This record gives sequence, structure tokens and C-alpha cells, in this order.
Amino acid sequence: MIRKLSTGVLALLLGGNAMADWAVNMPKGVTQLSAETYEIHMVIFWWCVAIAVVVFGAMIYSLINHRKSKGAVPASFTHSMTAEVIWTTIPVVILLIMAVPSAELMIKLEDTRDPDLTVVITGYQWKWHYSYQGEDVAFYSSLSRPSMAARRLGSGIDPSTVENYLLDVDNRLVVPKDAKVRVLLTSNDVVHSWWVPDLAIKKDAIPGFINETWFKAEVAGVYRGQCAELCGMDHGYMPIVVEVVEPEAFQAWLDNEKGDATPMANVNGELK
Amino acid sequence: MSSAVADAHADHDDHGPVKGWRRWLYATNHKDIGTMYLIFSLVMFFAGGSMALIIRTELFSPGLQFVIPSFFNQMTTMHALIMVFGAVMPAFVGLANWMIPMMIGAPDMALPRMNNWSFWILPVAFSILGSTLFMSGGAPASGWTMYPPLVLQTGDAFPFLIFSVHLMGLSSIMGAINVIVTIINMRAPDMTLLKMPMFVWTWLITAYLLLAVMPVLAGAVTMLLTDQFFGTSFFLAAGGGDPVMFQHIFWFFGHPEVYIMILPAFGVVSEIIPTFSRKPLFGHDSMVYAASSIAFLSFIVWAHHMFTVGMPLTGQMFFMFATMLIAVPTGVKVFNWTATMWKGAMTFETPMLFSLGFLFLFTIGGFSGLMLAIAPADIQYHDSYFVVAHFHYVLVPGSIFGLMAAVYYWMPKWTGHYYNESLGKLHFWLSTIFVNVTFFPMHFLGLAGMPRRIPDYSTQFADFNSIASVGAIGFGLSQLLFVYVVIQCVRKKGTVASQEVWDSPRGLEWTVPSPAPYHTFETPPRISSDTSFS
Repeated sequence: MIRKLSTGVLALLLGGNAMADWAVNMPKGVTQLSAETYEIHMVIFWWCVAIAVVVFGAMIYSLINHRKSKGAVPASFTHSMTAEVIWTTIPVVILLIMAVPSAELMIKLEDTRDPDLTVVITGYQWKWHYSYQGEDVAFYSSLSRPSMAARRLGSGIDPSTVENYLLDVDNRLVVPKDAKVRVLLTSNDVVHSWWVPDLAIKKDAIPGFINETWFKAEVAGVYRGQCAELCGMDHGYMPIVVEVVEPEAFQAWLDNEKGDATPMANVNGELK
Repeated sequence: MSSAVADAHADHDDHGPVKGWRRWLYATNHKDIGTMYLIFSLVMFFAGGSMALIIRTELFSPGLQFVIPSFFNQMTTMHALIMVFGAVMPAFVGLANWMIPMMIGAPDMALPRMNNWSFWILPVAFSILGSTLFMSGGAPASGWTMYPPLVLQTGDAFPFLIFSVHLMGLSSIMGAINVIVTIINMRAPDMTLLKMPMFVWTWLITAYLLLAVMPVLAGAVTMLLTDQFFGTSFFLAAGGGDPVMFQHIFWFFGHPEVYIMILPAFGVVSEIIPTFSRKPLFGHDSMVYAASSIAFLSFIVWAHHMFTVGMPLTGQMFFMFATMLIAVPTGVKVFNWTATMWKGAMTFETPMLFSLGFLFLFTIGGFSGLMLAIAPADIQYHDSYFVVAHFHYVLVPGSIFGLMAAVYYWMPKWTGHYYNESLGKLHFWLSTIFVNVTFFPMHFLGLAGMPRRIPDYSTQFADFNSIASVGAIGFGLSQLLFVYVVIQCVRKKGTVASQEVWDSPRGLEWTVPSPAPYHTFETPPRISSDTSFS
């Protein structure tokens, strides 16, 4: 253990893990709403920075100049109506400025009308089940075998040798690009939460409830996420992989899947 | 303890403490009970802290090295329960016991035997909770939030979890009643409500919050119990119940609960910053109104913990706007503390350092809180490490730093001796550096997409997790220094403290000798301009 820790610290000092990407911010994502979510996240962040500069600036100025060792003599004022009105009003104004775009974005996030495709997602301990509504396609999606083997305590497999460690599945959710995909979520056992950061979607899968959300991916690609609500022992091991493909490729994939209850291949025909 | 020193000023010299274990088991003296609360919470702080270190050690690098996932979940759950109910809350009750009677000029708490009861329930409650670690199925592993249906999968520990939460609630309710009755009935003549010190004010508000929400928690966990054992279906969808209703009830308790843990810390820094700025607290009355507003708002924002459960849009809007409003009174408090320091004559003894650490770092936690209030952005932040970073910023350099500041500030009054100032400052700097090394990278992890409560993670999160783990171990070890400083102070190794202890501090507690005699204010004091706060 000591050796492991010390080599880890050493690796950090020498420039970090080669696998890590030092991401420090929210991804902009691949939907209109993920971009707007990123935008509002940055706006509120910069407001916080601006307020921090003013407030911390005043504190630091005071800490430097109003110290006894510099011969400061304490003033005796105890209140100022003007100051208090100002620093109550300004935050209210900032909040109003923030409230409007936030509310507008919330309304868009909840607008699940007129979907091009509906997918019913059911959470299980500890995998996802995807069912394409109106199509005869449904399958389970579990952690992929290489990750499954490497994740065991004392497996002896170095996670950095496993591609997309803990973020890969056997069967991906395949959706068409530029289509409005409505997601209906429920659960078979406990509460789960379906989170794909690049799609800016996180919605709980709750037994007895059907939750709705939606996304419209504008860029083809593979997007990864995880269950976000603690759901028991293997909560950390039920990833989500969404593959966004061109509409024609999606149709081809769908036709191939129809009637096949346990799909064995992804779009690119690669066997899992 | 030092408080055993007989009081030269007291009329009843024969009322010193009894000797031996009876003094503690049968304790009715507010100072003895306060001491027991503080020691108990320190022990729990290290118990919960050890669990945090197990968590952070496992998360040091990707892959499982030390524990299996189910044990990991037990550690996150127990860490939270112990820190919330065993460390932070009892520590503030300990401070309330020690200081409220001395700050309002009362001889003791109003209900001393109930005071004894409310303390001695706690070791029982936590023994029960701790014993679940050894039960079949292990300790509770469903998070301190105890969401059904997951919590119903707990093994033999389940009824013990419920029973221990009931006991903790019972203890808190009795403590709260005691604080309210003491403050309302036992203030010195002429000490009108608005002349009370801020620490007393924030505790009065906290006590009302406790009284309002602990029974709600008790109701929620009782429904879990009947769902499990008596065939009800409050939260079971299969029986027509509603799992989300538990979340609503839990957070109706849970959100005021977070203010229960921070308001007394607000009170503490509102005492300390004026003392070391040598200037009265700026806007005492508006601080009272701000704290009251925060308390009121805490009852109408609970569902901001639940923006992803699928509430109606109007509900989400309401909770978003109400949550954003909290920034206003919280802002007032931060601005008033800044204005208190402004044009003061500051010195930087350890209590002031911890208060300044509180001021800067709690504000950072406030900023991330403001970001979390923005519902569309919260959908991305929710249940990620960003949230872990946020609430640890408000709880560790918030509540815990407030507690540390309070202990350094009042310890010379309790023991009659100063602590070692250099070691105190060292403790502050180590804590401050490591708390940031631990929790700041968690913001990045959360934004990059790492969910909370996972025992293992994808390799892209490796570096910041390693940094956080190094910080956590450093923070944990730094707290051993705190124990050493406290022990040295209790053993009277430091210089002798005067009655005032600090440079002309305001308040009745500085008008009694140091160490504070076993019985203080057997006759009510008169309030002067130095001991009044409005």
C-alpha cells in the first residue's frame, strides 16, 4: 500500500497520469441545450468570480491595511443604512438577471413534445434496459467484459490498460443524429439516475414513475455517462454509452436488430 | 477538568462537583455537560474522519485496491451520519451548553436533568449505529439520505439504523428545548432579545429549526420501518406508495438541517471577528434579521435537492427562485463581517485565523451553492463531485472551522490557560492548505462528469482524485495537532489567562474569572455598554 501510494505521488510530481485529461470544466456537449446549459453555467460562474473579486478584494484590502501592527486605530461605526440597502439590492438585481435565462432554459429542457423517436429506459441493479418504442428492439446494456474483469478487488489488471475503463458497455444505445429523442425513464428496483454529461441530461429512474426528458444530438459520436443516483453495491458499475449515428446508419442498425432479442453487434459490426 | 476549581465568588462553596464518575454520569452542570458534548464530538470527528480516510485511500487511484464496493458504500454512509449527527451537531450543543448561560448571565441551563439525558442518549445511539458494522449485511450503505427502496435492502442493520436515528433526534429535540427555554426565560435583567450576543441569537434560531424538523425526520424513518416490517407501503410503488415522497419529507428535514449545522458557526464568527478587529459587530440587528430570514427560507427550498426527480416545471421554478433568494441574507452576513473588519485594528490570533478561513472558504462554498441554485445547471451538477465539493466547503471550512475558532476563542476561559499560539497557528495553516487540496479538485471532477458515491472511477479522473486523497490524509493528520494543543491547554501548560482573555472583548462571559468557576451568575449580572450588543 505504501509503495502504491508513493509511486502514485511520484507519478503526480512527474506530470501526472498519462491517461488523465485534467478536465476542469463542464463539457459543452453536442446538443443545443447542452450548449445553453454550459453557457448559463459559465455566466453564473463569472458572476461568482466578479462578486468574489469585489468581496475578497475588500477583505484583503482590510486585512492588509486595518491591522493593529500597522498602527490602525479602530473606528467605532456599527451600521450604515445606505451600505446595507446597497448590498441587499445589488444581489437581488443580479439574481433577477440570472433568473430569467435560467427559467427559459428550464422550460426548454422540459419540452418533450413531438419526438422523432422514443426510448424507454429501465434501471436495474446494476444495468440499463433500452427499449425502442414502436419498434421491436429492446436489450440490456451492462458494463463491458474487460472493465468487469479489471474492476475486481485485487484483479491484478491495471485499469489504465483497459480502454474506457468503467465507461464501456456490451450494447450501446444507438440513436440518430439530429433527431429529437424522447427518453422515458423508470426503474425495476431502486432509484437510478441516467446521466450523460455531453447530452446535458440527468433524470432519475424511479420505480412506479415514468419520467420524461429529451435530447437532440447534433454531432455523431460516442458519448459516455454513468448512473448518478446511489443504487447499491454496484452503483459505480452501470455506465451509459450513447452512440449517435447518421439517420441512414441508424435505420440500418434498427432493421438489423428487429426480431433479434439479444443484439450481438454494434453499428460497425464489431462483435462484443 | 479545570472547571472543578472552586468558585471564590460563589455563595455556595459546598456545591462543587462530586468526585469520580458520578460527576459525569449524573452531571447536571452545564459546563460539565458541555465538556462531555465536546469530547464526544471530537471522538466522533475522528471516527468519521477515519472513514473518510478509508474512502479517500480507496479513491487514490483507479481500480479497487483495499475495499469491496459494498463496504465502500457503508463507509460513505457512516461517515456522513457520524459527522452530521455525531460530530458537528453535538459540538455546537456542547458550545451552547458551555457558553449560552455565561453569555446571557444565567446560572445554568433551564432544564439540567433533561440536559443530562440529552447528552447520555448520544453515546448509546452511536454505539448502536457503530455496532451495525459487525452485523450480517454490514452497516447501512444507502447513503445518509436513506432513500427507499434502496435503504430497505439494508441487512440486519436496518432497524438499528432507524432506532439510532430516533435516539439522535430525541437528543437533539431535548437539547433544542433546553436552549429555547434557557434563552427565553433566563436572560439577565435588561438583556432584551435584541441585546443578546449573535452566538445566542443564532442558537435560538437553530433550536427552533431543530424543534421543527427533527420530528419530521423521525416520521420519515418510522414510515421506512413500517414499510419494512409492518406491511405498509408509504414509499413502495408496488403497494401504491411513492418513493419520491420520502425524498420530499427527508429534504424538508434535510435542508433546515444544513442551516442547523452552519448558523451556530455564523454566531461564533460574529463573536470573534469583532473581538480581533477591536470594533463592534457591524449591523447586529440586520445580522439577526438575516439569520432569521435564512431560517425561514430553509423551509421552502427543500426540493432543490431533487431537480432530477421529475417534478412539475412550476415546482422546479418555485424551488429555483426560492433557493436563489437565500443568497441575499447570506450575502448580508458576509458583507457585514467584512464591514466589521473594515477600519478595525486587527490582530491574527488562532481564533481570528480560523474565522477568516471560515469567511473566505465558506464564501467559496456559497458561490458553488449559488451555481447549484440555477436549476438547469444543477441538472449537470446534481449527484456529481461538484456537489461533494460544495457541501464539504460549507461544512469543513464552514462548520468545522467555526467550531475550531470557537474552541480556541473560549478555551482560555474554560481552562484558565492559553493554548500554544504557535501550534494553534500551525494547525490553522495546515488545515487550510489541506482542506483546499482535498476539496477544490472535486469541483473539477464533478464538472468533468464523475458521479459521487462511487468506489472506483474511469482513469480520466485519476489525477485530481490522487490530489484530493493526499489532501485528505494531510488534513486528517493535522487534526492530531489540534488534539495535542487541546490536551496541553487542559493540562494547564500554557500561560495563565486573565479574566478578559483577549483585548477588551464584549460579552458577559468575559466578566467571570478564568477558568470559569463551576457555578457562574448565581445572581443575575447587570448589563453595561460593554456587555450589551445592540
